Amino acid sequence: MKINGYKRSDGNVGIRNHVVVMPGVICASGVAQKIAIKTDVQYLYNPNGCAQNSKDTAITVQILSGMIANGNVYGTLIVGLGCEGISEEKYIQEIRKKTNKPIFYISIQNIGGINKTVQRGIEIVNLLKEEANKCEREVCDLSHLILGLECGGSDPTSGFSSNAVLGYVSDKIVDFGGTSVLCETPETIGAENILKKRGLTSEIGQQLYDTIINYDKMFKENGEDIRNSNPSPGNKKSGITTLEEKSLGCIHKSGTKPFVGVYEYGQIIDKKGLVFMDGTAYDVASVVSLIAGGAQLVAFTTGMGTPVGNAIAPVLKITGNKHTAEFLNDMIDFDTSESISGEKTIEELGEELLNKIIKICNGEEVKAEINGFSDMAINQFHSYA
Amino acid sequence: MVNAVIMNPKDTVVTVTKYISFNEDVEYKLNKETYKIKALSNIPMNHKIAIKDIEKGEAILKYGETIGYATDNINSGHYVHTHNLSSNKIIITEVLDEN
Repeated sequence: MKINGYKRSDGNVGIRNHVVVMPGVICASGVAQKIAIKTDVQYLYNPNGCAQNSKDTAITVQILSGMIANGNVYGTLIVGLGCEGISEEKYIQEIRKKTNKPIFYISIQNIGGINKTVQRGIEIVNLLKEEANKCEREVCDLSHLILGLECGGSDPTSGFSSNAVLGYVSDKIVDFGGTSVLCETPETIGAENILKKRGLTSEIGQQLYDTIINYDKMFKENGEDIRNSNPSPGNKKSGITTLEEKSLGCIHKSGTKPFVGVYEYGQIIDKKGLVFMDGTAYDVASVVSLIAGGAQLVAFTTGMGTPVGNAIAPVLKITGNKHTAEFLNDMIDFDTSESISGEKTIEELGEELLNKIIKICNGEEVKAEINGFSDMAINQFHSYA
Repeated sequence: MVNAVIMNPKDTVVTVTKYISFNEDVEYKLNKETYKIKALSNIPMNHKIAIKDIEKGEAILKYGETIGYATDNINSGHYVHTHNLSSNKIIITEVLDEN
């Protein structure tokens, strides 16, 4: 199976050709945003950049460097303030470990205020745009695709319709030599025994099992129980009673293939096949980690509906809830409810969804892109210093 | 008319795909056979109904797996949700001990 993508100098393939402006720290957001708006390029909001402890700083840099290295990005301008915790050197060093693509860095305190920085930023971005526009789509093998599997605003239809259809697609992507990524560790609690058996080797199965058990334990050791906040009030109102029930529905989107690897939150994914990424079940922060890991496309199932998008990658919304598909039509891309009414099988809908994914890889925009949505959150474990 | 889904033959609950009123028939298909039970409560769309008698403290099964434990005796046909199903086994054991 082939797609028309952008071949990058680092060997990755993109399905979008973005020039990106990112603030190096929240304090530089206003300036960075002005540059992005005036040049009409992607604005990647960075909610951190300073005053974090070393562990959270490492997570922030892991995520941001991964997103900038994503195949969908042609090149990036980082706009710093000048005195922040994550310095120019730190950003460049971490990004260079992942990609050799064009990266520029300017800072407000060095250049001399807002207007001069905006002006300089516009000059740099215009140069990046000129170069990016020379890139053309080329025929690439589908095996270059990393598909992120995500769910949010789940209801019971997610478990028996949309996740089942997405699971079919996940299997197909793996069959074509590509990569599919399950994430959201808390939403595998209750399914750890099933996932343990799905490791390609007993070591991978055990690693997956331990990752899930440790996440649950980490909360309990801090006097918290994930079950107090998950399922959400909306999940419960829609019919999901317990976290275990939610998890057993969630894992359906990973299909039936064996897991070939387990990755940390936002770590670059370097294996083909089905893999697992450890991390939060907060969907925005989870989508972000998938994209930092290299996912060029996120397939996001939702029962109740959500408009969430991302600056770097298309976030494709799939629902099994007919009411949501119709009532919230301007934020849903694909409806699987015909699997419930019996009009179509999971396999038929899976083939249709796969075709839709190929079209999106070739340039068709999803609703979140049409609306220009770019939500951003990075999981952190401690408060700001 | 089929108006519920079962995920696994072991399951003790099914999910209704439309609003079900008290005394209405709930029908689901399993291995091409159609099964029917009478609803003993109103059940909101996409919520669960017991298809077997479940004792207090007993595991409740969906997808063929434990999704939690009954916090009360639940008769076949009754609505199953947060009022009678909980993740936490320990609390239920304590309650049973008190009795």
